[in-house]
Amino acid sequence: CLENTDPRTRGRGIQLLSQVLLQCYSLLQEKEVLHLVLFYENRLQDHHLVIPSVLQGLRALSMCEVLSPGLAVSVLKAIFQEVHVQSLMQLDRHTVYSIITNFMGTREEELKGLGADFTFGFIQVMDGEKDPRNLLVAFQIVHDLITKNYALGPFVEELFEVTSCYFPIDFTPPPSDPHGIQREDLILSLRAVLASTPQFAEFLLPLLIEKMDSDLQSAKLDSLQTLTACCAIYGQKELQEFLPSLWSSLRREVFQTASEKVEAECLAALHGLSACLSRSVLSSDTEDLLDSFLGSILQDCRHHLCEPDMKLVWPSAKLLQAAAGASLRAYHRVTRSVLPLLLEQYTKHPQSSQRRTILEMLLGFLELQQKWGHVEEDESTLLSLRAPICSVVFSALTDPSVQLQLVGIRALIVLGSLQGFLSPSDLELVVDHLIRLALHEEDSQSSEAAMEAAGSLAPIYPKVFSGRMVPRLEEELQSEREEESSRDHCSLQQRCLQALAAVSIHTSIVRETVPVLLQHLRKVQKGSKARNAQDVVSVCQSLHRVALQCQQDAEGCWYYHQTVVPCLLAMAVQAATQESTHPLLGKALLEEEVLAAMVPVISAATTHLSPELAAQSVSHVVPLFLDGEVSFLPQNSFPCSFQPFEDGECLEAQRRLVVLLMAFVCSLPRNVAIPQQERLLRELLALSCSCNCPFTATTAAKCFAGLVNKHPAGQQLDEILQLAVNRMEPGLAEGPRRTQALTLLLWVTKALVLRYHPLSSRLTDKLLGLLGDVELGPAVADGFSLLMAESPDVLHKDCHADVRIMFRQRFFTDNVPKLVQGFHGAGPDMKANYLKGLSHVLNHLPKPVLVTELPTLLSLLLEALSCSDRVVQLSTLSCLQPLLLEAPQIMSLHVDTLVTKFLSLASSPTMAVRIAALRCAHALTSLPTTVLLPYKARVIRALAKPLDDKKRLVRKEAVAARGEW
Amino acid sequence: GPGGGAALENANPLIYRRSGERPVTAREEDDELPDSIDDREIFDILAVQLRSAFLNPAHLIRSINDPEHPLTLEELNVVEQVRVKVNDAESTVAVEFTPTIPHCSMATLIGLSIKVKLIRSLPERFKLDVHITPGTHASEHAVNKQLADKERVAAALENSHLLEVVNQCLSARS
Repeated sequence: CLENTDPRTRGRGIQLLSQVLLQCYSLLQEKEVLHLVLFYENRLQDHHLVIPSVLQGLRALSMCEVLSPGLAVSVLKAIFQEVHVQSLMQLDRHTVYSIITNFMGTREEELKGLGADFTFGFIQVMDGEKDPRNLLVAFQIVHDLITKNYALGPFVEELFEVTSCYFPIDFTPPPSDPHGIQREDLILSLRAVLASTPQFAEFLLPLLIEKMDSDLQSAKLDSLQTLTACCAIYGQKELQEFLPSLWSSLRREVFQTASEKVEAECLAALHGLSACLSRSVLSSDTEDLLDSFLGSILQDCRHHLCEPDMKLVWPSAKLLQAAAGASLRAYHRVTRSVLPLLLEQYTKHPQSSQRRTILEMLLGFLELQQKWGHVEEDESTLLSLRAPICSVVFSALTDPSVQLQLVGIRALIVLGSLQGFLSPSDLELVVDHLIRLALHEEDSQSSEAAMEAAGSLAPIYPKVFSGRMVPRLEEELQSEREEESSRDHCSLQQRCLQALAAVSIHTSIVRETVPVLLQHLRKVQKGSKARNAQDVVSVCQSLHRVALQCQQDAEGCWYYHQTVVPCLLAMAVQAATQESTHPLLGKALLEEEVLAAMVPVISAATTHLSPELAAQSVSHVVPLFLDGEVSFLPQNSFPCSFQPFEDGECLEAQRRLVVLLMAFVCSLPRNVAIPQQERLLRELLALSCSCNCPFTATTAAKCFAGLVNKHPAGQQLDEILQLAVNRMEPGLAEGPRRTQALTLLLWVTKALVLRYHPLSSRLTDKLLGLLGDVELGPAVADGFSLLMAESPDVLHKDCHADVRIMFRQRFFTDNVPKLVQGFHGAGPDMKANYLKGLSHVLNHLPKPVLVTELPTLLSLLLEALSCSDRVVQLSTLSCLQPLLLEAPQIMSLHVDTLVTKFLSLASSPTMAVRIAALRCAHALTSLPTTVLLPYKARVIRALAKPLDDKKRLVRKEAVAARGEW
Repeated sequence: GPGGGAALENANPLIYRRSGERPVTAREEDDELPDSIDDREIFDILAVQLRSAFLNPAHLIRSINDPEHPLTLEELNVVEQVRVKVNDAESTVAVEFTPTIPHCSMATLIGLSIKVKLIRSLPERFKLDVHITPGTHASEHAVNKQLADKERVAAALENSHLLEVVNQCLSARS
């Protein structure tokens, strides 16, 4: 068959042999290989119909490990000589590339023995290649030729030509491309080739310069990115000749472009050039190219910095910053010229807006210095300019323009973070400015920025801040002014509290500020004024922030916990035990709002404790609540005993403090054992079912749920849950405390849903059943929001709760069909409850999941739009809006209903519904135009009405929607 | 580069900062209290991203290639809040706009775009007056007359080519 005269038959014979070899090439002996190679080489001269199969066979042989030395070279020579590769089919060309790749992988030394002939042979093979699949392989081969130091000989330019002719890549994969080759793949692999050797520089740089001026943005970007890549391996020898043209192209692009992307790439390329020149070792006989290159940039950009109102000011500043950021040497060269200029311009331009621009530029240069850390004594321009820089920044801080102040504040942070820049007296001035801005500046933006700046600088200069700022703030807090009731004083106190929290970054400062805050807390809770509650809340907010800032530092965290938690508990216990004897004293502390503000403080002080320290603390706190054990509190003489879990009329106030227990015990790490846990759980359960005060009952239920969620699985847990079910069920069935029982059910369900506990489905079914309850139905519907939402104080990840990440999706899959079924079976009065429950579930689902699941629920959602409940309307609209944007095809089928409903809801009495309806009407415009056209006139007419809505926020949406239509 | 000499005319125009989002006040969030239409609101309507095509024809080419960051009318100072006057009670709006250069050939088109934007965005009860800031354009009078002439505005808007240009200018983002 191999000798048959018909080439087709011969071809089939060789094909068979090649297929066999492809299966078994690894089993062949050296001699067999030699024999086969000689046969196949010979066959390369055969009829062109046979060649594809011959190549397949050679590919199989090229993978043989036992190939004798010299054969690889001989195969390649034969191919180069006998085969005109570019007249083959794509697949066969690919086979040739594979053979070459295989040999390059295993016979590198032999191939190198071929010298430049190998390179030349390959150039001929790939010349004219058009298929992207083959190009990817071919580019890889060229890349290897270069990086593995194959001899290029006289063929550098040819090799460049044969690859650079594809630059810039202009390839769009066909829409249903099965090969998955992206334009980006080709761009990157060609770039790797072009930027692989400085030998290409003399050919490549002119090409890049030409393509930078292209009308195609993609070509521009590709050229710039390739240039940046080249800078990583070029030296000044390669660049020298082209620097003037490169600079003028880059400058032109940055000055003219409207595209941020082009601008960013130009700046990156300039940065690369400057870095490349900085890297090149200076030899004494050549001119310093970096110096002259930066000189021309300065010459072209410097004068634009003097025109802070003109468009080119920022492009110029960015160019200079890009060049300066490349190396310390470049930085010195540029700033030596630019910084004095900017300082001078600042004084010359009196307007705040101009000064702001100039200072922002100055700031940009200062930020660059941060890259090199500390300021070097000997050659720093910066140090010599310390006095004028400080005076410019300080003048910005006292300018009436808030915008200028804000830039000044940012500059302070940068100056402060340059080690060794600010002198001790400068630092004192900085702190004084920050105090003034933080406390007395009218604009809240500046004041907040000053506090944040203090927070950033405090850890660098803890002594200055604790010695200078903290005492000043303490003084302000303590001052009893005559106009004490005035609003000014009130807001001053607020700001002091915020500033104290902001600077509490470093442990040594925290030790100063926490006592001040606690002292202030004791003072305000004693007063009897109406706004005391608000004041206490403010102190708690500051304490909370400090707690968060301490969390990462073990020592600070323990100090904070030990100092703050007992103090808050003591104050609260004092107030609660006094309640029966002196009902007016310390009342502020017992208000729900105030207790709620203390919860995050205690929680944040507890979550990051180490297990040992947490165990130490829990051994005090739990006995306090269970047994009235007050001995660990800083002040422990109280008017009467503390027994929050006892029965008794007058203990109402004490029971409220269970919320503080919750804050503590529900935030503990999961591995901390809670003493007397079973007893505690029973007490909480009893309290949640029997208490008449909703606040206390809910708190007890949450605390119970928080503990149950972390309780290890097992018999004990099952028992306590059974106990809970036994108490809930009769409570839910009838009686005066159905609401309490429902609250408990909701929280326990949530605790179990989060950890995928098997009992959770039984409890959820119970809730689903109650949706049809006349009395509880609406509350159950709202409860679905509680189940799905993140709760702020218990049962979330930060307080170590057992939360499985997919619990919402799982809840959705398990329960939505039941909700839908319930909806269809429910009486007309009850339908809204099911819709509301459903909309809460949908609202908390991640948007991508929602979009894939929603189409099945669409008809129900459309029905929900007609529901009169605002919550249902609002959440349905917010579900539909992303769906309109992401699944326009499905939505198009319902366009008629959607248009009608949205337009009618746009005149709802509730502002939020009107806004949401208009947003949906806006989103409708993403449906296909042909679908919309019949409604255009009607919608535009209807949207005229909300243009005259009484609320501005509604009008804004109407303007946007109508404009789009 | 494209444009040659013409591009130089406005290669480095004065630019102005955007005033930033209007902060939402507590009053605005209150469902009950009405908010009247004020100057700022009209100004915000007009601070649309009008392509820098209006700078001059040379820029037209560039901005079509690079549509990502057109300058807004506000950044070019074509409209300023102080030049917007609204009287909600009497239902009148007056807007003065300032062409970027006195010979700007696009003045009528800018005026028309402003007018169209207002027609689309305001309740019908409003009477609109759009004109050039006095003394800022060579053919101020002629342009004003054209903008004030209801029939000519209507006719211009029936010209589908012109409408397309206007629509393109007004599209919020491309």
